[in-house]
Amino acid sequence: MTIWLSGLLILAGTFFIFTAAVGILRMPDVLMRMHAATKAGSLGVGLILLGVAVHFKLLNVTIEVLFTIFFIVITAPIASHLIARASYFDGIQLSKSTFIDELKPYYNEETHQLQSPYRESGRKPQKVPRKL
Amino acid sequence: MSQLTLWICYIGIFILSISVACCFIRMVIGKTLSDRVIALDLTAYQLISIIAIYSVILNQPVYIDIVIALALIIFLGTVAFAQYIEWQRYKKIGQKEK
Repeated sequence: MTIWLSGLLILAGTFFIFTAAVGILRMPDVLMRMHAATKAGSLGVGLILLGVAVHFKLLNVTIEVLFTIFFIVITAPIASHLIARASYFDGIQLSKSTFIDELKPYYNEETHQLQSPYRESGRKPQKVPRKL
Repeated sequence: MSQLTLWICYIGIFILSISVACCFIRMVIGKTLSDRVIALDLTAYQLISIIAIYSVILNQPVYIDIVIALALIIFLGTVAFAQYIEWQRYKKIGQKEK
């Protein structure tokens, strides 16, 4: 029973990591590539580690694996958010199929400042209209 | 240690090697530095997975410790690269002002 369970978990994790690699190779944009890599990659690593823990059936291995999964789930979004922020400030080109850029009115490229244009006027910010 | 688990581990390591090759292609052809950093990040995660599966093949749970250490180091590396990209941006702005 545990043989089948651990094998299934390892194969599922491998599949998700392969999906992430294909996404990082095929996606047209830095942000899309990061979206594919972070989500699918952390899920795949978590599944593979769970499969290893099921295979060994030891207490210390299970504790280490759970700690590692916890740490990866916390740190992977932080790292990808930092990279996304830095690459947006660096001036990446968004792909042509991106039809909305909500950060653009709040970011001054000359002075490198993030500021809301509604801060001095006191109005409430309205929703950006979406064009489809 | 059954034969089925062994074959599943071999298949997993084979597919993970193909994924590492895909990430290296992106690292070579990537236009910006961010692309390369993302590819390096995912490569490190694949390395973690390969080590975990290898510990199943060798039937030694000691290798899980390496996984923890690598997971700690990857995060620090990615944060350092992000700071580097932002500092480059600050440098450009300083040159414009002069």
